[in-house]
Amino acid sequence: MIYRSSLFAAAAILTFSGTALAADAPNDAQIAHIAYTAGALDVAAGKQALAKSKNKVVRDFAQEMVQDHTAVNDKALALVKKLHVTPQDNPTSQALTKAADSERSKLAAMSGASFDREYISNEVAYHKTVNGALEKTLIPSAKNAELKSLLETGLKLFEEHQAHAEQVAKELK
Amino acid sequence: MIIGPRLLPLWAVGLGTLLPVAVPATAAPHSYTVVIDKLKFGPLPAQLHKGDTIIWVNKDMFRHSATATDHSFDVDLMPGKAGKIVLNKTGSIAFICRYHPNMRGVLQVK
Repeated sequence: MIYRSSLFAAAAILTFSGTALAADAPNDAQIAHIAYTAGALDVAAGKQALAKSKNKVVRDFAQEMVQDHTAVNDKALALVKKLHVTPQDNPTSQALTKAADSERSKLAAMSGASFDREYISNEVAYHKTVNGALEKTLIPSAKNAELKSLLETGLKLFEEHQAHAEQVAKELK
Repeated sequence: MIIGPRLLPLWAVGLGTLLPVAVPATAAPHSYTVVIDKLKFGPLPAQLHKGDTIIWVNKDMFRHSATATDHSFDVDLMPGKAGKIVLNKTGSIAFICRYHPNMRGVLQVK
């Protein structure tokens, strides 16, 4: 499972950033990049599901992901513009992107009920990983109050999405 | 004419102002506001009666809904917008947000 290992790698980097917090915390430009990337990757996954899935529950979930993460990322873009911050690429964003890329290729080869189950189980895992990063690393490290507040809203959203994904996963069994 | 044309409007206004005080509080439907913020339904009104109106105000950047699980009401709430429903039955009415099913609450309607 190429994908699982790369998600673990991403999780490991995120956890590592957590332990290395005091010495090497991400700066606001990197945090903004990670949060935006995490949202954009989930929008891409949702669009793939909307293109492939025929299951109403899965499609409704995917639609919600696209809608909600687009809303947060629009706010994030407006905020970095206002703060004159240029989001800065970093190993965490790269690991997340790499993991999402291999998952997208894997899903591209699947269809029907197996696609639905894989998409949803990955959504559960993905939201868990990002929740952990937001809670342990990104929110505590953020210096700017507005960025911190947007990340906190992002965490609430990711938690809600994780719970929703877990619910959908149960329904698919 | 016993009542002069200038006196009538004054008398009408006087009665109009007194009227709400004279009518028992339970007879007239009330209007309540529930605020949705940070993916949560805010405090719910306690003394609800059939016929009352609830105005749902969505302060989030996300689309929400207030959807009764028994389908007695359903209102779609775009980001930053409000919508209203009229309570058309009594009892405990559970509701959720259709898009975020872990956002939930229960209205007690007498």
